[in-house]
Amino acid sequence: MNSETSFKRPALLAAVLIVLIALPLIADATGYSAMTSLATRILIYGIAAASLNLVLGYGGLVSFGHAAFFGIGGYVVGILYQHYSLEEPLFGFIPGTNQMLITLPAAILISGLAAAAIGALSLRTGGVQFIMITLAFAQMLFFLFVSLKTYGGDDGLIIRRTNELPGLNMRDKQTVYYVCLFITVAFFALLWRIVNSRFGKVLVGLRQSEKRMAAIGLPAYRYRLTAFIISGMGCGLAGALMANFMRFASPDMMHWTKSGELMVMVILGGVGTLFGPLIGAAVFIVLETTLAAWTENWQLALGFILLFVVLYTQGGVQALILRLKGKR
Amino acid sequence: MTLFLEQLLNGVQFGVMLFLMAAGLTLIFGIMGVINLAHGSIYMIGAYAGTFIAAETGSFWLGIPAALAAAALAGVAIEFLVVRRLYGRDHLDQVLATFGLILIFNQAVTMLFGRQPLFVQMPSLLDGSVELLPGLSYPIYRLAIILVGLLVALGLYLLINRTRIGMLVRAGSTNREMVRALGVDVRLLYTLVFGLGALLAGLAGFMAGPILAVQIGMGEQILITTFVVVVIGGVGSIRGAFFASLILGIVDTGLRAYLPGLLRQVMVGPEADALGAGISSMGIYLLMAIVLLIRPKGLFIRNS
Repeated sequence: MNSETSFKRPALLAAVLIVLIALPLIADATGYSAMTSLATRILIYGIAAASLNLVLGYGGLVSFGHAAFFGIGGYVVGILYQHYSLEEPLFGFIPGTNQMLITLPAAILISGLAAAAIGALSLRTGGVQFIMITLAFAQMLFFLFVSLKTYGGDDGLIIRRTNELPGLNMRDKQTVYYVCLFITVAFFALLWRIVNSRFGKVLVGLRQSEKRMAAIGLPAYRYRLTAFIISGMGCGLAGALMANFMRFASPDMMHWTKSGELMVMVILGGVGTLFGPLIGAAVFIVLETTLAAWTENWQLALGFILLFVVLYTQGGVQALILRLKGKR
Repeated sequence: MTLFLEQLLNGVQFGVMLFLMAAGLTLIFGIMGVINLAHGSIYMIGAYAGTFIAAETGSFWLGIPAALAAAALAGVAIEFLVVRRLYGRDHLDQVLATFGLILIFNQAVTMLFGRQPLFVQMPSLLDGSVELLPGLSYPIYRLAIILVGLLVALGLYLLINRTRIGMLVRAGSTNREMVRALGVDVRLLYTLVFGLGALLAGLAGFMAGPILAVQIGMGEQILITTFVVVVIGGVGSIRGAFFASLILGIVDTGLRAYLPGLLRQVMVGPEADALGAGISSMGIYLLMAIVLLIRPKGLFIRNS
């Protein structure tokens, strides 16, 4: 229900978009140029968290392994770049590349394929078993990449230069920010279409009652698998952008704590809302950055904040704001 | 052959350690329906408390009650302050709240003890090796761990199958609502079970001290493996946890011991070692995926 209300406030949305467009200029003008990098990271994690939210919030499937797709996206960019710079084709016939117009679709495709395989197997279980089997697949991929010495093992892969886009200077941080912003806007527009489509309604229906949906003759497994694949593709896209932004891909991108962090972002912002995960990503990244600057023991504070949010606010920051306004 | 037996014993030893962790976790899962990621933190607390006391007093044996007490206290406190509010919430909330607990405990322990790993002196009684078979000598300490693990398993078996508390635990894992309806003080039962699980985790943590380094993050390493055990064995089944622990312990140890060697016959040395280590780490997860695909509720739960 929140997903629909989110777009009923076009004025707020437009205002946020204008601020986001003006942000690098504000950052430069006020001397906080690090703000642009911070905002880029928020947008990228926002895409990843919103993707996770499609299965977790709308579909009610608690996946504890979505960092795997994030990492796969990153590694597609890294591996293609390595083969490009060494000028030797992957498997002997796939040429490497540094063109973003190729690497991003490739990352989306490969992570989608991985999500199809993992989802097809995992969705045969449910409940606790689903949480654990998604975690298990992510751990398998994590250890696989740790052991692949060709691609840097546990040190990860350095990507010397951000992927090229025709006509743009991708060495400029602001350009990278605007590219990420453009992709984020396109992504959320697509996600909005998805969650408000018949498909999105069925997904929510399945979360509420699988029996009822089965009674109308809807195949639960197929809908959930589709959602899982879309969600994996979104995380892959985010991972590919992150690898471009950090110019680095490493197994840490698919570590289980990363899956946990993505879940934290979703719940901080509000489960099952369209823009909640983006807000959650912003809250998480800003908290992490400010707490880390303020005290070495920032994880302690983060832990307590997390506990508080889970135990005392049902519905994350959005719900908290609504409650403070007295709307609930 | 002796090498094989030695690896088998190593596997069993790792298995019983996993069992000490898994027994608590599976009960908490099965009876309260709570996913407790902080179980690894309790393991770490037991290890740190025991090792600290052992180092301060110079006696390994005094470390044991310290580890048990600290772990049980931490467990009861966690149950009372956090987990109690999570009963009946969905799994997502449980995962996130206990994820927050991990962050808190890791940071608190770092603040108290620093980032340097602690080491504990093995007691002289358990130091050294014993010759089990001609040509097969094995560290006494590891044998002691196996013995303790088996004793705990026996004790739990008796507790669960022969006592009134055990009866309630069994009833609780089959039908929670019915137990409550019959007028049992479920809250007290929950706290007891949680405390017992924490006690065992603390024991495992302290016993791991002389073999592994006592450091931040030690809990998470074993936690994830323990989850694999619990899920393979079947949530709520102590018997399942026991057999799954031993199977996983032996499979994991065996893969680590033999896979790099096998790979080296078809690849160059360092790459074979790296890939071998990687694939052996994947082994238990692969096993779990296969088990879940064949029996979605685990090995020792009858599918309804």
